Order: sequence, then structure tokens, then C-alpha cells
Amino acid sequence: MITARLLSGRMTAWDVAFLLLLLALAMVVPLLNLVPDANSSFHLSAYMVSVLGKYLCYALLALAIDLVWGYCGILSLGHGAFFALGGYAMGMHLMRNIDGRGVYGHPVLPDFMVFLNWDELPWYWSGFDMFGYALLMVVLAPGALAFLLGWFAFRSRVTGVYLSIVTQAMTFALMLAFFQNDLGFGGSDGLTDFRDLFGVSLSADGMRSALFAASAIVLALAYLCCRLIVSSKLGRVLVGVRDAEARLRFLGYRAERFKLAIWTFSAMLAGLAGALYVPQVGIINPGEFAPAKSIEAVIWVAVGGRGYLVGGPIGAVVVNAFKTFFTGNFADYWLFFLGGLFLFVTLFLPQGIFGWLRQRLVGSREERS
Amino acid sequence: MVARSDPRRPPRILEASHLFLLLLSLLAGTALAAAPEEGFDAERLQQLGERNLRVVEQAVADIAASGAPESLEVLLALRDGRLYRRQQDDVIVVANRVDGVMLYNDPLLGTLGEPLAEDEVTVIRVSNRIRRALSAAIASLSLGSDDATVRLAAARQFIDSPDRDLLEAIEDALEVEEVARVRQALEVARAATIASDPGQPDDARMEAVERLAEAGTSRARRVLLSMFAEEDSALGLRRDEAVAVIDRNLARWQRAQDLWYGLSLGSVLLLAALGLAITFGVMGVINMAHGEMIMIGAYTTFVVQGVLRGISPALAEVSLLIALPVAFLVAGAIGVLIERTVIRRLYSRPLETLLATWGISLILQQTVRTLFGASNQRVETPSWLSGSFEFGQLMITYNRLAILIFALVVLAAVILLLTRTSLGLHIRAVTQNRKMAESMGIRSDRVDMLTFGLGSGIAGIAGVALSQIANVSPNLGQNYIIDSFMVIVFGGVGNLFGTLVGAMTLGVTTQLVEPTLGAVAAKVLILVFIIIFIQFRPRGLFPQRGRAAE
Repeated sequence: MITARLLSGRMTAWDVAFLLLLLALAMVVPLLNLVPDANSSFHLSAYMVSVLGKYLCYALLALAIDLVWGYCGILSLGHGAFFALGGYAMGMHLMRNIDGRGVYGHPVLPDFMVFLNWDELPWYWSGFDMFGYALLMVVLAPGALAFLLGWFAFRSRVTGVYLSIVTQAMTFALMLAFFQNDLGFGGSDGLTDFRDLFGVSLSADGMRSALFAASAIVLALAYLCCRLIVSSKLGRVLVGVRDAEARLRFLGYRAERFKLAIWTFSAMLAGLAGALYVPQVGIINPGEFAPAKSIEAVIWVAVGGRGYLVGGPIGAVVVNAFKTFFTGNFADYWLFFLGGLFLFVTLFLPQGIFGWLRQRLVGSREERS
Repeated sequence: MVARSDPRRPPRILEASHLFLLLLSLLAGTALAAAPEEGFDAERLQQLGERNLRVVEQAVADIAASGAPESLEVLLALRDGRLYRRQQDDVIVVANRVDGVMLYNDPLLGTLGEPLAEDEVTVIRVSNRIRRALSAAIASLSLGSDDATVRLAAARQFIDSPDRDLLEAIEDALEVEEVARVRQALEVARAATIASDPGQPDDARMEAVERLAEAGTSRARRVLLSMFAEEDSALGLRRDEAVAVIDRNLARWQRAQDLWYGLSLGSVLLLAALGLAITFGVMGVINMAHGEMIMIGAYTTFVVQGVLRGISPALAEVSLLIALPVAFLVAGAIGVLIERTVIRRLYSRPLETLLATWGISLILQQTVRTLFGASNQRVETPSWLSGSFEFGQLMITYNRLAILIFALVVLAAVILLLTRTSLGLHIRAVTQNRKMAESMGIRSDRVDMLTFGLGSGIAGIAGVALSQIANVSPNLGQNYIIDSFMVIVFGGVGNLFGTLVGAMTLGVTTQLVEPTLGAVAAKVLILVFIIIFIQFRPRGLFPQRGRAAE
């Protein structure tokens, strides 16, 4: 009842439709995978379930980016770093779950540490055998990094393209660092060869379906949270920050605190997305920190339409569906297509697919958000 | 990053001394080619293998006196046990290891040689007495050469392997030597010979140790370490002291060398960032395709070189000079095209410009990959840019020196262009106050186009220079884009002097930190440093002031 009251007047038909779609997916996709016979035309292969699950993780990342870009005007070119940190935290838990079944059969140490002749687990690896602790780290590690960066950056009023470049440098530096073997995260190979989660094999059909459903539900909850934030009074301040930061400051608002709070929250969401992504893909390596990945995630939001919340997830799914199609059939043309997409969207579709659709359907000139 | 992987740095030669000897004999040979060759014949060669020592001694002296180009090679071979008698016809042959295979050649014929089985030849051995005679003959042959480089190389060889029998020859050479560098090397060689000879009186050896400490090279240090001296004796203590002196000296030179690498890296960063300093600094446009302009410049060099080589191989030497204007025009034209079609529509939306130009960079990369393939392309280094010289104990390669000078020249040219030409005046006017400039009749959209073209063209020129030290691949630009932005942000946007200081500071710091922390850690540290730095000086080292700053 409280939820209903909280939500009354804050949710549009679009939101309800999106949430219902996610819940429906969370039920239908596992059913199609588990119930029909493998030869049936309704059957969804385990591989497809993982691919769809991956899209949902990207959608969550896009949602996180839209929250800061669409509502605070912060263009982050480093959200991939938060995504990867969350992924690494989950990867560390999965590594600990291998539990002596690695190639070298060491009871505690992951294979790559045995290979590097390490004697014991580094201190920052302890505790990751507990799922609860790992889950905490999934949000805390990216959150702490974002808080630290944001604390300094927003306080000194680093804004606009400067902030974008700083975030890009951050993810680039992390990529270089994680490529190092000495850091204790598996170097260029990253973390892989995972076995199971909660004692269930990751390659089991039920596990894949469960992970997909979890991704859909987490995305739905995150969406709900974001909607509550942006439709609250806080959300109005955020839009003020986006459109006229100086004016807001003159009105007595501490703009940097609002930005910092949302920025950190967004990084945590990105970390969650990474944590859901890793068990479904089966690997996490420093390539996830590459600046190109972060920019690519930004373009998902631009394609879907920024400042609507629902646009980011739409863009993520659409672009990645194209990517799967292209890399499978015309790998050489994918970069042409992606580059063209960047150009087309910024030049001709500044409101993205969702903004364009809404304008066509509603026909109104109502303002964004 | 750049200094670490220089593919054109020559590989370390394991058999350096062997190669040196070959070189020595070649150089000596060319120098003496005009001299008469009496005394260098089959009979004398045969005598080298005689049992009678006096005959052998005489043969060595005759051959040394003959002045034949091959005499040094033969004597060296005899000393090193590489002189053989071919069993089938008793001809004396010199053995050389070429690509791991022993080849035996007849010095009288001067052929390349043939491979022979081990039981087809017998080695000619020499006694100690002959060895002494040989050393003296070899020394006088090489030290008597007309070519200063041969004499210098010989003197250095004598430092590396001191031989007390050569002392007299070295002292004789010192008396007539006029070239300062060779003189100095000979003096060190003399000191090395005395210091290494336990038969010399202690005070002479002390003096020699002193002289070696003064020389301060790693060569002298090796001599000191290998010389015999009683522990705790005055000489031994003096020796240890001298080694410590040299170590300090070497450490100073090493820091100087790191500084040079730093300046070199800084000049590369400066070149890469200059174009960006114009488009980003002066126009405020984020051009993520800037790195691709550098890449296009490098590929232009590759194409120009290929075309010129097709016309005439001689033109390959000047291909870089021709590639410079071509690369400027090609990259500049692409820049103008991008400005006209894309950036012009996005001037009020800087973040969107960033995304659009990123898209352009992806397309350019893929285009180049489709046209030229994904692998590295080979860009030749002209002969006037290859090689290196030594300054004190600094090793300076010509191509890096050229890039340093070139970067400064380009910087000066850009500054002159901005301050001394009417285009520069217009650019500055539009930067400072667009509306006012337009009111004065300046066509600001034309200025924007030319400015962007200029920035891109300079990136193209940078590509020509970088093609000499970096791998020319479609990813070339990606390696420089983040560094370039760091330089601009660090130095201060809209300030070319800041770009210079920023580039040099980052380059030198990286190289000074690298030896202790390793390349990657140094880079991460620099990035973290800049991220923190921006928090405290958000507008860089040299911020713009006044109206233009907003």
C-alpha cells in the first residue's frame, strides 16, 4: 500500500509497461528454456538465454549512465570501469568457489596465483568466499571509487568535457593496472574457468535461467529506484543541476552534493550490472576497462534517448542486438555501422529512439523528463 | 610508452668483440688498400704454420709490414686460433663464423669462403712468444691506420682487454696522435694496461687507477674490477674508491640519459598534442578523431614512400620531406570535411561533438584497416635519420633528436601563425569574442573551418614524424589520444606555451619514474597524478583568464 502511494502520480504508462515487460521476460524466458522439448520450435537454447541476460546487464549499465547523463548532465566516459569493478568482485567470489578443482588443484589459491608461485592469498582476496561479502563489494568497490573521484571533481567544479576526459583517464589507468600480473587479478587473462554459484554449476540450464530472471528483476528494481529518484523533489534539483548549475548554486543549493550522491549511486548500479554479467558470460578481463567500451555504453543511451530512463535500456538492447548480428555475419562492417550510428544519432536523432517514438505517438511538445 | 618499444634500436650484439675485429680488419683494409702489397704472399702465409719460431716471427713481421688489406684479418685470425691449414691442398685459410656456420676462405683470393668439415682442416697454433709478436703487430697495424675511427675502435679494444705487450705500441701511438677523442681513449688504454699489469711499480699503477677514475666510463670500471690488487693494500683501497667514483659518475649519466628519453617522449607528446591544442584549446571542440588524423599522416608517409620508391629509389631518402606537406594537406582536407559536415552542426553541444567525433574515429580506423589491412606497415627510415651518436656517455639517436627539433619548429611555426598572420589574428579574435569578431566583418564560420583544418593538418605532420618511431597500424592514433588530452588539460587549455610545458613535464616525469616503478606503473601514476591535479587546478597549469575563460 505504501508502495502504491509512493508510486501514485509518479509513474507513467511507459514505466508500467516497461516494468511489466521485464517481469514477463523474467518468467517467459526461463519457461521457454526449461519446459519445451529441445526440438520444439518454442524452445529457447541456453546460449540464447545467456545472450539475452547479457543484454539486460548492458541495459542496467545504460540505465546507470542515463541517470547521471540524462538528469545531471555528467557525461561519464568511465562507467565501464565501475561495471568491470563489480564484475571483478563477482569474479573473485566465483574464483573462490572453484575450491581446489582448478588445474593445479590448490585448495585455496586460484590457478593463476599458483602459476605465479604465490604462497598465499593477498589480503584483498579474503572474505570473497562468502557471497554476502562479495555482494557488498560489488556495490562498495565501484561506489567508493566513484565517491572519491566525484568528491574531488565536483568540489573543484570540474565539469563538462573536463570531467568526461578525467573519467576516461580513470578507466584507462585502471585498464593498464589490471593488465599487470602483480596486481593479483589474473593479469591479461582476467578471471575465468568459473565452476559454480551457490553450489550449482554455472552451465546448468536452470542456473542460466535463474541468472536471467535475476537480471530482469534487478533491472526492474533499479529502474523503479531511478524513477522514484527523478520524480521526487531531488530529481527536480538534479534537472536544475543539468540545465543551470550556476543558477541553482545561487539559489542556495549545494549542487556538488546532489551530483556526488547520484554519481555514486549510479556507479553502484553499474557495479551490480557487472556482477550479473560475469557469471552469464563466464569471464572478466581488463578489456572491460577499455575506454572504447565505456564510450560504446554512452552511445546506447544516446541511441535509446537520454533523459527518459527507459531510453538507455532500449538503446542497449537494440545496439547490442545489431552487434550480435553484425559480428556474426559481417564482422568487418561493425565499426562502420557503430561509427555511423554515433554520427546519425548525434546529428539527426538527438532525442534518441524513445524520444522520437514518443513524439510521433503522443504528438505533444511536452518537455523532457 | 613510446621510448620503451623502439623497433629501430639496433639489437644487442652478443659477439660484439668478434664483429669488432671483422670491422676493424675491413676498415683497416680499405684504409691501406692503396699501399703496396709486397710481403703478403702464399710463401709468408705458409711460414705462419712452421715449427721454427724465428721463421714464424719473421713472417708475422713481414705480413704486418706488407700493408695488404687482408694482413690484419690474417693476424687476428692467427691470434684467435681461427687460422687453419686446408688438408687437401695445404692452403692457409681464415675461418669466420657467419650465421652460425664456419666458412673458410683463402685470404689471397678474398673469396667469401666455403664450409668445410672439421677433419678437413687443421688449426695453426701459436706459442706465447708468437702471441706477443702478434699483439704488437696487430696494435701497430690498427693504431697506424689513417682512419680515426679505426684507431679509436682499436684503443677501446685495448681498454677492454688490456695486454701488457701492447704498452709500448700504445705509448708510441700516443706520441703522434692528434685527434683529441682518440688521444683520450689511448690514454685510458695506457692506464688500463698499466693498472692491469701486476709487474708495474705500485705508484705507476696508483696513477693509472687515478686516470681510470677520471675517465669515469663503464669500460674503465670493468678494468678496475678485473685488475689484480691485494685486499686492503693501498692500491686495493684506491681501486675501490675509484670504482665508487665511477659509479657515482655513471649514475649521473644514467639520470641524464633518462632525462633525454623524457625530453624525447615529451617532444612526441608535444607533436601529438599540438593539433589538439588548436582544435580543443582554441576552438573548444573535442575532437576524438584527432588520433586518427595522426594515423592518417603516418599512412600518408607510407604511401608517399611507396610511390616515390616506384619512381626512383633515390627519392626514398627525401620521402619524409615530401610526405610532410602531403600529410598536412591530406589530414587538413579531411579535417575541413569533418568540420563542414559534422562539427559545424554541433557547436552548441560539446558533449555531442565528443560522441560524433568518436564515431568518425571508428569509421576512419575501419576504413584504413579495410584499405591497408590490420597489420603494421613498414615505413623506411632514411639514412640521414638512422644511427646515433654519443655525447659524453649519452646515447642519442638521430631520429629522436630530429623529432625533438621538429616538434619545437612546428610549435614555433604555430605560434608565429597565430600571432603574426591575419589568419591567426582572426582565429584569436573569434576565440575571444565571436560576436564582436563577426561584427568586425570576420567570417567566423570560415575561420572555424580553417582552424579545424589547421589543427588536423598539424596532426597529420605529427603522423609523419611518429611513423619513424611508432608502429604504423590502424590503432596508432588510439595510443596517443588520451595522452594528448592529458597534455592539454595539464598545460592549460588555449595556451600553446602550456602545451609545451605540459608535454615536457609529463614526458620527463614518466621517464624518470619508469626505472624505479616500471613502465605501466609509471603511466598509471601519471594518470592518477593528472586526475588529482585537475581537482586543484581545473583549468591547467596556465589557465586562460578573462572573458575567454568562460
